[in-house]
Amino acid sequence: MVNLIIDNNKINVPEGTTILDAAKMNDIPIPHLCYLKELNDIGACRVCAVEVEGINRLVTSCNNVVEEGMVVYTNSPKVREARRTNVELILSQHNAKCATCVRSGNCSLQTISNDLGIIDISYKEDLPNAKWAQDFPLVRDDEKCIKCMRCIQVCDKIQDMYIWDIANTGSRTKVDVSLNRKIEESDCALCGQCITHCPVGALRERDDVQRVFDALADEDKITVVQIAPAVRAAWGESLGLSREFATVKRLVAALRKIGLDYIFDTNFTADLTIMEEGSEFLARLKNGENEKFPMFTSCCPGWIRFIKSQYPDMIDQLSSAKSPQQMFGAITKSYYAELLDVDPSRIFSISVMPCTAKKYECDLPIMNDAGAGQDVDVVLTTREIDRIIRSEHIIPQSLDEEEFDTPLGVSSGAGVIFGATGGVMEAALRTAYYLVTNENPDPDAFKAVRGREGWKEATFDLAGTNLRVAVASGLGNTRKLIEAIRQGNVEYDFVEIMACPGGCAGGGGQPIEDGKELAYERAEVLYGLDKINNIRFSHENPSVINCYKDYLEEPLSHKSHKLLHTNHYNWELNVDKFQESLDTNNYDWELSTN
Amino acid sequence: MSRLSIITKDKVQTTVETLYKDLERRIIASPPGLCPIDLASSFLKMCHAQTCGKCVPCRIGLGQLEALLEDVLNGNASLETIDLIEKTARTIYYSADCAIGYEAANMVLKGVEGFRDDFEEHILRNRCTFELYQPVPCVSLCPAGVDVPGYIALVSEGRYEDAVRLIRKDNPLPSVCALVCEHPCETRCRRNMIDDSINIRGLKRFAVDNAGVVPVEKPAPSTNKKVAIVGGGPSGLSSAYYLSIMGHDVEIFEQRQKLGGMLRYGIPSYRLPREVLDKEIDTLLSTGIKAHTGITVGKDISVVELKEQFDAVYIAIGAHIDKKIGIEGQEAEGVISAVEVLRQIGDDKYPDFKGKSIAVIGGGNVAIDVARSAVRLGAEKVNIVYRRRKVDMPAMKEEVEGAIAEGCEIYDLYTPGKIETDNNNHIKALWIQPQVIGTIKGGRPTPRGAAKDTEKIDCDLLIIAIGQGIESKDFEKEGIPVTKGVIDALSCGGIENVPGVYAGGDCVSGPATVIRAIAAGKVAAANIDEYLGYDHIIETDVKIPDPRLADRTPCGRVNMRERDASDRVKDFDLMELGMTCEEANQESSRCLRCDHFGFGIFKGGRIEKW
Repeated sequence: MVNLIIDNNKINVPEGTTILDAAKMNDIPIPHLCYLKELNDIGACRVCAVEVEGINRLVTSCNNVVEEGMVVYTNSPKVREARRTNVELILSQHNAKCATCVRSGNCSLQTISNDLGIIDISYKEDLPNAKWAQDFPLVRDDEKCIKCMRCIQVCDKIQDMYIWDIANTGSRTKVDVSLNRKIEESDCALCGQCITHCPVGALRERDDVQRVFDALADEDKITVVQIAPAVRAAWGESLGLSREFATVKRLVAALRKIGLDYIFDTNFTADLTIMEEGSEFLARLKNGENEKFPMFTSCCPGWIRFIKSQYPDMIDQLSSAKSPQQMFGAITKSYYAELLDVDPSRIFSISVMPCTAKKYECDLPIMNDAGAGQDVDVVLTTREIDRIIRSEHIIPQSLDEEEFDTPLGVSSGAGVIFGATGGVMEAALRTAYYLVTNENPDPDAFKAVRGREGWKEATFDLAGTNLRVAVASGLGNTRKLIEAIRQGNVEYDFVEIMACPGGCAGGGGQPIEDGKELAYERAEVLYGLDKINNIRFSHENPSVINCYKDYLEEPLSHKSHKLLHTNHYNWELNVDKFQESLDTNNYDWELSTN
Repeated sequence: MSRLSIITKDKVQTTVETLYKDLERRIIASPPGLCPIDLASSFLKMCHAQTCGKCVPCRIGLGQLEALLEDVLNGNASLETIDLIEKTARTIYYSADCAIGYEAANMVLKGVEGFRDDFEEHILRNRCTFELYQPVPCVSLCPAGVDVPGYIALVSEGRYEDAVRLIRKDNPLPSVCALVCEHPCETRCRRNMIDDSINIRGLKRFAVDNAGVVPVEKPAPSTNKKVAIVGGGPSGLSSAYYLSIMGHDVEIFEQRQKLGGMLRYGIPSYRLPREVLDKEIDTLLSTGIKAHTGITVGKDISVVELKEQFDAVYIAIGAHIDKKIGIEGQEAEGVISAVEVLRQIGDDKYPDFKGKSIAVIGGGNVAIDVARSAVRLGAEKVNIVYRRRKVDMPAMKEEVEGAIAEGCEIYDLYTPGKIETDNNNHIKALWIQPQVIGTIKGGRPTPRGAAKDTEKIDCDLLIIAIGQGIESKDFEKEGIPVTKGVIDALSCGGIENVPGVYAGGDCVSGPATVIRAIAAGKVAAANIDEYLGYDHIIETDVKIPDPRLADRTPCGRVNMRERDASDRVKDFDLMELGMTCEEANQESSRCLRCDHFGFGIFKGGRIEKW
């Protein structure tokens, strides 16, 4: 233990503690901006600088550790002046038109500036001018970037994709796409983790809110909306609601208030996915000798972009099942249009997702199998739906719970856990067990695949067959797992991959709370919903049963194949892969010539 | 008013003089990888401040040039802007009245020619092609990429053994480098911004001297792959060491009787004592490397045979043959090459130069080494003849000074003319032609014959040290590509169209430094491992201490001291004195820890494994 004094408080902390953490443990919050624990402790913004007795220059508290006998001042005149000046300097290069910023009210720079009472800055505004493809699902605003480098760090260290990098040197140093690529030419998986780790509004999803309002304004359009599992665990966060209050039924009520015609649940097609993907997996197992294992889940579009760009030779190991979002779109404009007895082209299919990659998934040219334009017309992130609720001046605290519409609003507990890492695997195993043995397992029999680890594995006995499964979330973990498979170090039959750490609950489209990873807290909500659901098995979802009986016939039927399956070979991802770019730049082992 | 007055510097001028010094040191510490156009523009701004304002091209033109460069940097330029920059700079160069103007324009012209691609990248993509890929200056300038701030921090904490283990991760010859490395790491040390670079080599020596016996890393499980190393010098030894701890079976084939290459047969023991070298080599061999000495590849065994018997071959034969000087009388008795003298000494056969008068031709490290060895071998007089000025000598400055202190005389600005012999065809004297230093070509001034008479230096022995060549002929015959005498190897160490054969060190680069040879060995080891189908990782578990917080008050650099000249000339014992603990503690605490402070903490600060 180390003894030191911070702001005249005698404190005692373990060796190796940073000054920032030592202060925090003792209720002295030191303002900081770029710092993100265990991810970004590079001391770039200099806002967390403090004075240490005996040292003339200030010291950053985020990345320097306590020393015995240290005397620290977090509010000395020198510190106050430097902190304020540095924040003013950052503001001089930040487009501070907060009134038109998506992060207004949830911006670390705004908070610090307000807390410091900065009402005027002493420096001339100096904003860069950079172009960005505005139709790309990921939007970057150079004028707002404060070069905290967090996006680079999360993409490098967590996602192992190296999409962002420092460009230029000197005063023109900025963050840009690595290797001088354009974002649309890069192999960005579109996971959106850089967005959720951005302290300001420099990164955001493409805003598609107006397209929803346009559909609402069109009297001929029938608006059908689906809500993804993980959205219900997070939508209330940025509206100031508690998790207990922010139920999905209140979200249903909000969407109905907005005027959307039919409000459904992606959980329904999550159940449908299980029927299709589970049956496909069992068919592949039967046909074992001609199949390559493991079979990979296919519901995460970030993961699909990843495998398309990084391991294209493994695409045939993906399940052919579409993601629940795309199944929902296809069912809406076919089966449901028939139920409504309307021309499917009148349906405007909206999807609310915790995800940024879903925005590109719905635009894929192969995702129009119902024959009425795109199966899903527009995707909104959880953040966008929250913005709509606010713009509709709905008081979320006053909402009463309302039910989903039927039949596509009925779902099982197996469907809802799709939103957490391991959930798809668990749901699939519940039904696979039933399909093989004709009896239900204990619904919690496959709990081993839950939890926070980035790469989990388990073996289950499926009626005498030993099933080796693995679950990975986060693309860094995914790459490790795939490399291990390719090198023959591990062998699995079935693998679930989610691009975002923690799965969709931690998705790149979820509400942002700076410095907090809420994926696992949200996952707890989903597991709670599973537990209290009367139906715990996808194959017991009555709407699913009816859908097959009245329309699809059976899993893997001809109709199912047409609407619910796809082939990811059939579209092009024209990107400049990071690894290949590196090779062509001869970055690998070289003798540096000095 | 007085008719004349004494000019004294006022406070302003004194301050500006200090700032000039600060800027000079700052430029020294400029890290590699900066945007060259941004730098050119900044330089131009300073040049413009120097203008007196009299002439149009300089007063106005430099400012306009600066604005144009800023346009390029800000993405407001087109490709035509480059033409305008060139035209303007050309006009200033041709028409400015004094050097303030025309030399400033010349810098811009050099830039347009030297980094035109970067101009285009800025204009077309609004991006710079350069980046700070390794922001820690010492690490980036060490060819082997040794973790310098890491081991300095360990020295600071008294963890000498860990320091040696950390160095070995990238450089398996720490004891050798502690004494003879040319320390390119020190050239752009950021500490220059405050006072002076850190004495990195000196601290390495302190670590090595105080670490005791540091066992080598445990080799990985055997791969049963065999690698032949041709040449047991620093490059071959380094490659052998890493390949050996990767689990491969390594055999070295060495032409001479002992391993070490130029470390033994080029560097005299007063700089690198034999026991230090032998101990270092034994340490490396303890990983299980087999060494066959007295075998000349190309004669006793062919490369083709090695290729058949081994899975991969690394050629690191160095540059050991002397170059002939081509003057009249060079075949005379008493005319010998430096390589020959140093080789004899390397095999512990010390020639007797007692009472002899010796002339040495050359100005490189080998010339100085042989001259200082001659003093120790009893020579009465040692004269070093060099065709340029003393300051132009390629030898290290401190070596030249040491030689002078030991009584060597430098005849600079003389070229050797002819050799005068006695009746027995034995050299009697060397005739030398005085030179005038002349115009600068390729950064070095060229001497030319002065309008003066030739002079005579009496001598019993003439030692030629004008560079070494490579014995590449036998290799060329076996299909190894050779250009201008050096072996053609790719930057990965491999040889085009000859899979499994790698080459590196002096035989590829031409005579260079120990650390470059080591780096080539390291690169070859990594790529041979990959060629053999493996991906062995070289790393260490040494944990680097957190930096200690302190103000960086300017403080003098601890320089190495040497034994008194009168004492050290009597023997071949190590002449350099190590730092005291007090000195090492102070010197190591001067390190700015660029791995932690600045860009290093963000990217590229520490390469933990390779």
